[in-house]
Amino acid sequence: MNIHEYQARELFAKFHVATQPGSVAFTPDEASQVAAKLGGKIVVKAQIHAGGRGKGTFKNGFKGGVHLCDTPDEAKDLATNMLGQVLVTHQTGPEGKEVGKIFVGQAVDITRELYFAILLDRATSAPVVIASTEGGVDIEAVAEHSPEKILRLAVNPFLGLQPYQTRLIAAKLGLTGKLMTQASKLFTNLYRLFLESDCSMVEVNPLVVTAQGELLALDAKFNFDDNALYRQPAIVAMRDVTEEDPREVAASEYALNYIGLDGNIACLVNGAGLAMATMDIIQYAGGSPANFLDVGGGATKEQVAAAFRIILGDPNVKGILVNIFGGIMDCNIIATGIVEAARETSLAIPLVVRLEGNNVAAGKKTLAESGLSLVTGDDILDAARKIVAAVAAH
Amino acid sequence: MSILVTPETKILIQGITGSFGARHAKLSLDYGTQVVAGVTPGKGGQLFENQVPIFDTVAEAVAATGATVSVVFVPPPFAADAILEGVDSGLDLVVAITEGIPVNDMVKVKHFMKGSKTRLIGPNCPGLVTPGTGENSHGGCRIGIAPGYIHKKGNVGVVSRSGTLTYEAVWQLTTRGYGQSTCVGIGGDPVNGTSHLDVLKMFNDDPETEAIIMIGEIGGTAEEEAAAWAKEYCKKPIAGFIAGATAPPGRRMGHAGAIVSGGKGTAAAKIAAMEDAGIAVSPTPAEMADTLIRHWKGK
Repeated sequence: MNIHEYQARELFAKFHVATQPGSVAFTPDEASQVAAKLGGKIVVKAQIHAGGRGKGTFKNGFKGGVHLCDTPDEAKDLATNMLGQVLVTHQTGPEGKEVGKIFVGQAVDITRELYFAILLDRATSAPVVIASTEGGVDIEAVAEHSPEKILRLAVNPFLGLQPYQTRLIAAKLGLTGKLMTQASKLFTNLYRLFLESDCSMVEVNPLVVTAQGELLALDAKFNFDDNALYRQPAIVAMRDVTEEDPREVAASEYALNYIGLDGNIACLVNGAGLAMATMDIIQYAGGSPANFLDVGGGATKEQVAAAFRIILGDPNVKGILVNIFGGIMDCNIIATGIVEAARETSLAIPLVVRLEGNNVAAGKKTLAESGLSLVTGDDILDAARKIVAAVAAH
Repeated sequence: MSILVTPETKILIQGITGSFGARHAKLSLDYGTQVVAGVTPGKGGQLFENQVPIFDTVAEAVAATGATVSVVFVPPPFAADAILEGVDSGLDLVVAITEGIPVNDMVKVKHFMKGSKTRLIGPNCPGLVTPGTGENSHGGCRIGIAPGYIHKKGNVGVVSRSGTLTYEAVWQLTTRGYGQSTCVGIGGDPVNGTSHLDVLKMFNDDPETEAIIMIGEIGGTAEEEAAAWAKEYCKKPIAGFIAGATAPPGRRMGHAGAIVSGGKGTAAAKIAAMEDAGIAVSPTPAEMADTLIRHWKGK
């Protein structure tokens, strides 16, 4: 789950992590009011779940999703140009994202840009802090070209981030005097936020020192542990479904694990590992997968039918590959579900089904007697080749 | 021998009265597995399927039945606690099937377990099977949710994160006449109890295991670590497969741990590490057994 920049700032405020003053605005008038309240130089930022906003272009021709201005009236004009418009950045794809809200904040006079992140380290199964003097840039590039500029510090999960560790990090970042005290407090509060909100990553980039000698978390990226969302109602409330792929939103309503891709061969599979492997084998056979879709170990007929509707709602899809290893699940129940779903959706594109496992003979018989023009595959590779060939010929 | 469990191993099931736990407890009993106890707090004194005694606590179940292994079917909010209870009761092995346990809970469990005698497999895993000698491998030890009948007793060890890919590999082996010593699903979560490497070491030391299939997927570096060890120390032929070559970076592919982030955990890097270690990598999931047999028997 992703959240907006303004929501990240709300989380910072809740956990007393120093950040730039400002607020979200949904209309040009609100933008003007927020700017008037803040006073001084103002920054206006489009709120979408994609990076590269500053260098993006709106479809109405307006350049840039991040602007500086001096007066409330200018903030209002900027808001008018952004709100309700579609912003295209290198991360949104050519279709872009509609901007429904903007962040209006106090412009910050930056003297230094640093990097600070807390994330779960899989190798040690513990949180790790990563800090660098090279902020505001791509940290992966820093890690590759100047690894000596990156500090990694393991956190004991029972003790948490200790005060001496926060001072150690501050010292490495060259934060001395009053800045060290501020840094220590900021890192401690950020660790609390990380833990108490069940984050898998909090990345502050940049962490800045202002001309006034303040340390502020200027921009942040959050990842949350999906498994823990059941106990994080405040985080779940921040979900913005308008930012998500509508196919994925529909799938989540049926407890289906779906991720949309760009190809034209849809797949419907049981099990996450097999679902990934099925995407791979479509590509291996010369095709291009349209999605990842795991219907789970105990899929019902209703879920199979919903999966077909979601798959067929994607106009790029030109063929479907069903790959089921029904270990315990009865293959005949799956076959019945597929036949019903194909009929219900008046399926008009090629369908290849590969069934294996429990009661497979009855399942294959159900498919054969359905009168549907579907093809069965003997194994996964055979099935993948058949769907690729069928889509090419269709 | 096999690894971790034998057909004689006595197991208890935490969460035996839930629908999922009950269904698989029954399937394990039907397979001939020694399911000697169930644990559901508040239901102590009852019987499961008129034959398996239910206890309120793991400690009572262990004291009364001598169970050495537990399998956890408890819902996610309570699963970490269930694992800790198994560890505290001095079990040899706890197998956590539960999918969706918060990662922070598992971080604490994992650190709590340091220095304990208990091994954890999972969570979010299909469990493990040591096939038996009966028809359709009946009489074996089935812990978890794998279909028992696809197995066959033999000499190939299988280790995988994913359930259905394990079943694919097992079924390919069985239909080609090659049986398995033990099949272990280690689970798809980013923080788990037992790694590919742990299982490879056990297979390497097990006289009954002659060859190994290791199945991995994108995310983390566990496959690379296992491959680096195998290059130096593994005496047995290994075939491998990695799922997720076409997965987009930054997206979790069903399993909580299956994500390429910051350019780390790609299928290409894992395949390269495996090939460097002399592991025969299957180009598709359809050829896992054939790849192993070619590598092992030269045919």
